Amino acid sequence: MLSVAVFLPIIGAVVLAVIPRAREELLKATALLVTLATTGVGVYLLAAFDYGDSGRLQFTVNTEWIPVINSRYHLAIDGISLPLMILSMVITVLCVVYSWDHFPEPHNPKAFLILMLVLETGMNGTFAAEDLILFFVFFELVLLPMYFMIGVWGGPNRQYAAIKFFLYTLFGSALMILSFLALYFKGGNTFDIPTLIAQGGTIGHSTQVLIFAGLFMGFAIKVPMFPFHTWLPDAHTEAPTVGSVILAAVLLKLGTYGFIRIAIPILPDAAMTWAPWIGLLAVIGIIYGALGCLAQRDMKRLIAFSSVAHMGFVMLGIATLTNFGINAAVFGMVAHGLITGMLFFIAGSVQERFGTREIARLGGLLLQAPRLGWVLGFCVFASLGLPGLAGFWGEFPAILAAYEPAQGLQVWVFRTYMVVASIGTVFAAGYLLWMLQRVAFGTAKGEFEKSHIHDIHIPEYIAWAPLLLAIVVLGVYPSLLFDVTDGAVNVVTAGVQTLSAAR
Amino acid sequence: MLTILAAEVGFKAPVLDYHALAPEITITAALLLVLVADLVVSENRKWIVANLAGMGLLATMVPIITLALSDGSHVRSMFGGAYVVDDFALVLKGLFVVVGYVVLLMANRYVEEGDYYQGEFYFLMLCSIMGMIVMASSRDLISIFVALETLSIPAYILAGWRKRDLKSNEASLKYYLLGVMASAVMLYGMSLIFGFTGTTVLADIGSAVNIQGPGGGHQPVVTMGIFFIIVGFAFKVSAVPFHSWAPDTYEGAPTPVTAFLSVASKTAGFVALFELIYVGFLGRSDVWGPLFGILAVLSMTVGNLIALRQTNIVRMLAYSSIAQAGFILVPFAVAGTSASAAKSALTASIFYLLVYAAMNLGAFSVVMAVARKTRSGEISSYGGLFEYAPGLAVLMTIFMFSLAGIPPLAGLWAKLFVFRAVLDAGTGWAVALGVIAGVNSVIALFYYSSVARQMWMTPVPDDDRTPIAVPAPLIAALGITASVVVAIGIYPQAFARFGDLASLVR
Repeated sequence: MLSVAVFLPIIGAVVLAVIPRAREELLKATALLVTLATTGVGVYLLAAFDYGDSGRLQFTVNTEWIPVINSRYHLAIDGISLPLMILSMVITVLCVVYSWDHFPEPHNPKAFLILMLVLETGMNGTFAAEDLILFFVFFELVLLPMYFMIGVWGGPNRQYAAIKFFLYTLFGSALMILSFLALYFKGGNTFDIPTLIAQGGTIGHSTQVLIFAGLFMGFAIKVPMFPFHTWLPDAHTEAPTVGSVILAAVLLKLGTYGFIRIAIPILPDAAMTWAPWIGLLAVIGIIYGALGCLAQRDMKRLIAFSSVAHMGFVMLGIATLTNFGINAAVFGMVAHGLITGMLFFIAGSVQERFGTREIARLGGLLLQAPRLGWVLGFCVFASLGLPGLAGFWGEFPAILAAYEPAQGLQVWVFRTYMVVASIGTVFAAGYLLWMLQRVAFGTAKGEFEKSHIHDIHIPEYIAWAPLLLAIVVLGVYPSLLFDVTDGAVNVVTAGVQTLSAAR
Repeated sequence: MLTILAAEVGFKAPVLDYHALAPEITITAALLLVLVADLVVSENRKWIVANLAGMGLLATMVPIITLALSDGSHVRSMFGGAYVVDDFALVLKGLFVVVGYVVLLMANRYVEEGDYYQGEFYFLMLCSIMGMIVMASSRDLISIFVALETLSIPAYILAGWRKRDLKSNEASLKYYLLGVMASAVMLYGMSLIFGFTGTTVLADIGSAVNIQGPGGGHQPVVTMGIFFIIVGFAFKVSAVPFHSWAPDTYEGAPTPVTAFLSVASKTAGFVALFELIYVGFLGRSDVWGPLFGILAVLSMTVGNLIALRQTNIVRMLAYSSIAQAGFILVPFAVAGTSASAAKSALTASIFYLLVYAAMNLGAFSVVMAVARKTRSGEISSYGGLFEYAPGLAVLMTIFMFSLAGIPPLAGLWAKLFVFRAVLDAGTGWAVALGVIAGVNSVIALFYYSSVARQMWMTPVPDDDRTPIAVPAPLIAALGITASVVVAIGIYPQAFARFGDLASLVR
């Protein structure tokens, strides 16, 4: 069943490739059908998942793939991968719906939809892979479609942004694959993640530290953590709306997911050594992202920098190495996916209506398109972590977790981080409200005074409603997600806990 | 007379295994047939010659397959171990024949439309392929040298096939002069080795070199010999700093010949190195290990950095092939660490060669197809290719990103096997080499993706959107190479087995 979830989109992409370019309606319908069918598989997974035992890997597929290098085709999901996979499925459907009538220039829906479907295979595959090589293939598979999405359909500076995104990520991947191979040779000649988790602790401390450093480079660039974040604002700003949404909602999570799935459970000893430094970079990211936001004139760029800050919270949660912190991190990943995805949708719609995203030129959105303005306001509040909405449950527990990091980590260091991160939330409120105020409040600026601004379109309603609903539901009843992830997080932190107990 | 001679020197006629020699016999028959047919066929029916050459190559494939399917360990040794047909030889012979066939498909219309001599072209190409097939079985200094000359001399002539073009003349002359010099250096090295060991058979050299202690294989004369031989072949595989001929030759030679040189001829050089290093000199890794390390690092880095600045696609591919050669050399550098390292190093190199052949030939096929319309080799002439020739653009994208090593394409696995060999050795120096290779693969992405950028993201330069008519043989060449690249990408096991089987290290 997992194989279907992973490969259905790419089969759909092949089907699309056969359909002639002129038959746009058919292309769009097929793409929608394929993504819906994939989500249908996702719903089945949701229904059949054994929630009582979410730490166990379920729906396992494990067959021979490349015996020469002992790499196996091993797919499975647990309580951490399930929500993320569902997120990626849903986001793809919504992106197809959203782009229904407005494909960005140079149009060509066929190629655009094919790329979107290939992306989905890459994303779902990464969340399901339980073999390092398989993980790597899927992790990298998302690069090409995103490169073309930014480079072909992007803004004026698209070529620069596309290649920057590509080179950065590939650099991390090169070190990551070396680390994977080092794990293979040191961890008992296997790429199998569960086996490695069982044996990884036996690798010597200094080797662990080195391997972890390689993995860190691969994942941290993807997250992206300060100081490897510079590709992100460019990529986000230049990417077409849908590209930004997928990038923010799912692709960034591949990095944090890598930490949770691979780096920490396999190398707990090294994780303990690196955790304070990861925490440090995380809080720098929080503050730096926030300050960066305050200096932005472009809506999308502002949201991109806010992503750096939010992913900082997620990484802070991970760096505590506690159950509590990592649960918060997974929640933060999902919440950030929903909220920031929504914000990018809105930025795209604003751009489409006004022809600009420059905050200084906008104003009075609430008057001209009240519904759009309200949705923007809603998302801004969700993003700054208002209790009752999803964003809160990503940030607040992460900060709280830093009060009491895993035993063996220096408590005062993390308490300092906690204080700094709390200040970061204040900044977040500052820049988000500042943006909302200038874009939505007041009256329209001179140039747009007379222009008629259409309120939310039907495709936009359809695309946004599920996300808005999810933000509220998860905000009001977070246990929905915490219950699923908790069991799996126990497995992740098991290695660290044994180490802590020994100290 | 012969009997007297035989009685004098105790000469015994060697036992010939005709099944084992069948590929060589078949291709020789085919090339003679091509030569004769060229004499009798009239000028406007030369396509018959081309077809004969193609069928000759396909026929050569038959005994290779029957040999592979025959029972037993497949090892058929002749002439006192100087000529061996084993899995290694069969895999590489198969590779040479397939590469030759694809090049023939690429050359078909090119030679015909360019109004060049056709019959001789195919004859020389088959000669060269014959030399390569012999090379795959050679386990002796002399037969390696003979094979090398058999494959090189036709190639020198082919490089100058566009004889009214100055660049082509330059290509041929440069290639010839440097090739001959490399042969001389190599021969000198071989004579030193022969002088020390008293034998030309590699297996015997291997045991002589392995002797420890005074008078053993660690004398300076052996070191010198190995050094000169490697330098000679470094010219052949165009490793930096012995690469200077490659870009000019590649640019000047007719494109199908360039593809042939950069794939088949280079592979033959590597095959000789496999035989020499893994059979003959395995005991002296202290000499060749660091030497290959330096060659690999220089080739990758210099090749990539210069490729970044190229505006002509063929020159870019030339420098890229220098960098790729560096990647293939990386496993050599770490092969001496242990027996298991040697095995995975050889597997990595062979697998890389298989993959490299497919993706590089594919890239050259696209270059030829596009040049049919644009008549230009500038990368900027690829602007907007996706708009008027989406098929070619997608194929070129596949080949470029495969060369860069992006999943899920074949190039990734080639690089992965190299990294695996490096980490199998596991020494600090090996890991450093791996990191350098990793950084280089990122640099390489930049120029490979710049071709993709031209095709997808820039407008058509002169607004001429007439579609490109690609002749059928070229489509076949594109189809073969692209399907191999994608198939290996998705299911590498099928081809990785070849690399694993074809081990000289027991």
